[in-house]
Amino acid sequence: MTWADLLFLLPEIVLSIGGCLLLLAPVIGGRNNGVAAKWSMLLLLVATAAAIYVAAGAGIPSLALGTLFVADPFAVFFKLLFVVVIAMITLLSAEFLEDGRYSAWEYYSLMAFALCGMMFMASGTHLISIYVGLELLSLASYILAGYYKNETRSTEAAMKYFVLGATSSGILLYGMSLIYGACGSLHLEAISQAVATMAGNQALIIGVMLLGAGLCFKVAAVPFHVWTPDVYTGAPTPVTAFLSTASKVAAFAIFARIFYMGLHSLEPDWNSIIATVAALSMIVGNLAAVTQTNVKRMLAYSSIAHAGYALLGVLAMSEIGLQGVLIYMLVYAFANIGTWAMVMLLRRREYAGENVDDFDGLHKSAPLYAFAMVVFLLSLGGIPPTAGFIGKYYLFAAAISAGYAWLAVIAVLMSAVSMFYYFRLVVAMYLKDGAAADVIPSRQVRFIVIVCLIATLTLGILPERMIRGAARSIAPIVNLASR
Amino acid sequence: MSATLPVVASLFGSIPEPMVQWVVWPTIKFVIAFAIIMGIVAFTTLVERRVLGFMQARLGPNRVGPQGILQFVADPIKLLLKEDIVPAGAQKAAYFIAPMLPIIPAFLVFCLIPFGPPPTFAITDVNVGLLLILALTSTGVYGIILGGWASNNKFSLLGGLRSAAQMVSYEVPFGLSIVGVLMLSGSLSLVEIVHRQELGVWNVLPQLVGCFIFLVAMTAEVNRAPFDLPEAESELVAGFHTEYSGMKFAFFFLAEYASMLVNACLIVILFFGGWTLAIAGKGLTTETMQTMGWLGLSLGFLIFAAKVAFFMILYIWFRGTFPRYRFDQLMELGWKWMIPLALVNIVVTGIVILLVRNGGA
Amino acid sequence: MTDPLMLTGVSLALFVIVGAIAVASSILVVSMRNPVHSALFLLLTFLCVAILFVSMGAEFVGAVQVLVYAGGIMVLFLFVVMLINVKALPKEKVFTATSMMGVLMGVLLFIILAIILASGTWAPAVNAPENLRTAVVVKTTPVVDAGGATIQTETVTRDVVGNAEAVGMALYRDYLVPFEVASLFLLVAMVGAIVIGKRELDASEEEAIPEFIAKKVSDEDRLKEVTGA
Repeated sequence: MTWADLLFLLPEIVLSIGGCLLLLAPVIGGRNNGVAAKWSMLLLLVATAAAIYVAAGAGIPSLALGTLFVADPFAVFFKLLFVVVIAMITLLSAEFLEDGRYSAWEYYSLMAFALCGMMFMASGTHLISIYVGLELLSLASYILAGYYKNETRSTEAAMKYFVLGATSSGILLYGMSLIYGACGSLHLEAISQAVATMAGNQALIIGVMLLGAGLCFKVAAVPFHVWTPDVYTGAPTPVTAFLSTASKVAAFAIFARIFYMGLHSLEPDWNSIIATVAALSMIVGNLAAVTQTNVKRMLAYSSIAHAGYALLGVLAMSEIGLQGVLIYMLVYAFANIGTWAMVMLLRRREYAGENVDDFDGLHKSAPLYAFAMVVFLLSLGGIPPTAGFIGKYYLFAAAISAGYAWLAVIAVLMSAVSMFYYFRLVVAMYLKDGAAADVIPSRQVRFIVIVCLIATLTLGILPERMIRGAARSIAPIVNLASR
Repeated sequence: MSATLPVVASLFGSIPEPMVQWVVWPTIKFVIAFAIIMGIVAFTTLVERRVLGFMQARLGPNRVGPQGILQFVADPIKLLLKEDIVPAGAQKAAYFIAPMLPIIPAFLVFCLIPFGPPPTFAITDVNVGLLLILALTSTGVYGIILGGWASNNKFSLLGGLRSAAQMVSYEVPFGLSIVGVLMLSGSLSLVEIVHRQELGVWNVLPQLVGCFIFLVAMTAEVNRAPFDLPEAESELVAGFHTEYSGMKFAFFFLAEYASMLVNACLIVILFFGGWTLAIAGKGLTTETMQTMGWLGLSLGFLIFAAKVAFFMILYIWFRGTFPRYRFDQLMELGWKWMIPLALVNIVVTGIVILLVRNGGA
Repeated sequence: MTDPLMLTGVSLALFVIVGAIAVASSILVVSMRNPVHSALFLLLTFLCVAILFVSMGAEFVGAVQVLVYAGGIMVLFLFVVMLINVKALPKEKVFTATSMMGVLMGVLLFIILAIILASGTWAPAVNAPENLRTAVVVKTTPVVDAGGATIQTETVTRDVVGNAEAVGMALYRDYLVPFEVASLFLLVAMVGAIVIGKRELDASEEEAIPEFIAKKVSDEDRLKEVTGA
């Protein structure tokens, strides 16, 4: 192994060094919270450049590392998505942290390490490399969820997330160890070869079940979802945005990679379980969201439902299904971050801006933002001119073509239910009078809202490039699965 | 082994060979070593008091026997006969178990230490020997921390906590300082480490920094002056063993001196060539000793004993000369100086080894 | 070194005894009402697990288990428990209906898993002697020829001595990058502990710190002050 062999890990290397530098910087430059976001953005820019450099084919994994990590288009797609998402969250956090009550440097450093973990997850093709990446992400998330350490709710959120997350990691690891015992390897291709000859091996199925349970926890699918509402509500809002987008997208990246690359020939054994989980997630998530008056809680339940939709793509085990997962993750990330930006916009104290009432009369005071919010909600609901429609279209089509018409019916019905509670916000904004008269958005939040608005609309109206990109990204994995 | 002692070996004729090799012989060796160590430990206490007396221009114990030489027999008898007091609020079970805990690892470690040329003087030669020694010595802290807690006494508790913090802190540089030696010898087996030194030079020369850190850490590890804060008598009465009396107290005492002996043995083996007196394979090597028969083997043991004795005296010397550290200074020394220094030592050693290998081979 | 535990039946007996102690003490860890006792039983569990590792020929892992868990982590556990000074938890009813349901579910799950796993088919063991005892090492030798100095590499198969080397090969060669990620993970854990645990002192508390600890006064000055020189 030489230095050149490590070139394709350049983004991760940049991020881990940058994360350490962000920790050390205050020692030299003093704790000016306002500057932290700028340095963090610079780091993300460098990481993006590195990711693009790798995407351009600069680094080819060496033999030694190639068994653990790859730099295929699938990984590159997710890496770039992660960088964009984290950059947006960094901008959202800037205003939040400028109060100076909590140090911004460690916050951004943890964010960088989390991003690093997500990138390792996206490019890992070996269960060990996937696992260490996942743990890096999870640990950083636990800390970030409890970052407002003087707020009881934040501490409670971190505690719940940590205890349940650690348990789920244990389950995941136990599943991996059983798979290793049955297949004799942790490499996804080797697993796939071994699995092809051992359908019906009970130890293997238990292993896959436990692995699936651990992954379902990470994507917050029913019945492993109970942590979601409390953690999402208690965590600082930018961190909630991080958990509900970045963390979830990363979990879906490995979910898709493990099941498509490693376990596709075992499909008859696990499809009914995943189908049940997907159906339950959609039903429970949407129905529970209807009764919520707290916007953060409502969005938490809605994110459970979105996990259910995305699972359809994993379940379908087809080209269009995987494509659907990628597209859905992309459009979901933009719409979701836009929504969270709106929640932060309305914040008056640390946690406010999270009741449905807080949106009352937004139309009058800030028509542009009210319109943006409507677009984000339509996208989350999957209504045509927005990008969410394309994502749902692909997922539902994949489910139907794979013979899960009943799931598609549930999904459509539940999307209708979701429109009901999304429209409560719209009603509040347009038809009610309220106190939301004094909205003074910071430049960063305004920027994020506009970026997300443009992205959501553009991807909805002109989706060809996105679809083609997704098709290109999934090619190596689908080729492998169909082999 | 059975070849060197055919007569004794024939006694075990009816026992299967692996049993003899793996169970019977080590047991016999260990029992002998145990008896000798007990003697040495008891004797060290006398030596310590006499040497301290000499350093401080006073006499020390000189009444029991000629020059007080029988003091080391009198002390244990006194301790055995003393009343065994259990404080009223003590946690009975923990209070009872605590003195035994440090004794077990302290003596188990002697199974792994070769006192002279193998195979006669090495009880076992495990290929992860050094790691096992570190592991065992690291568990010695439990007796102290538990004894401090169980005594239901503030001074004891503080002493126990101080000691736990100190031992955990200094375990890190203790372990790290050895890494350089391991890199040079490429083995965790103590016999192999000694063998490498007789073929080249004593590790103390290439690993001077490592040796220095080891010396400091091994003194702090056993709570000896100038790092004897857990039992700083002016602040904490007697630290964790304030409430202990009689034989229970003696156990703590015994464990401390046994640990000192272990550490002295370790530094001799790791940095000062063990039982050999050889440079670049010339001089008294293990091989020469083995060919010289019993005489050579005993010579090896004596050389080892002399080197160990020097470091035991060094401990006492430290106690006679250095003033005690303050607790924050102790922690600062450990975390801010010793650990970074040890890490730098490892990196530099690694780079030098890499350069020498690539340039030389 | 040949396996010392080839004595007939000894390894089995050892496994049964030590395993039973490990299970019993791990149950005691959760059922003891005094946290110090719990911690001590956890220590016993760790030691038993270390013995099991050694009896399976993994001396390195066994030694590291004792060194790290017994020697480091558990000491810190005890340290914290004693600093907080929880004497004993209040008596409460442990066997409530809910917890009995939990126990029942656990037992059922154990039985199901045991039945299924016992009948499962497994991949051939990777720790078979022929797999473990050799390692492929890339040997580099500098060669000076007409074209100048070049580095010649060849792969050599040689015996692995003991499992410390085998673990080293796995960690630092095969799984180097995951190993480094694990070190990042530890760094994040450390940062998190400090970020969450650190308490910002207010002005009055900062005043209360002794000057020599806050390093406002150097040791020499303090010595002068104390001795009156």
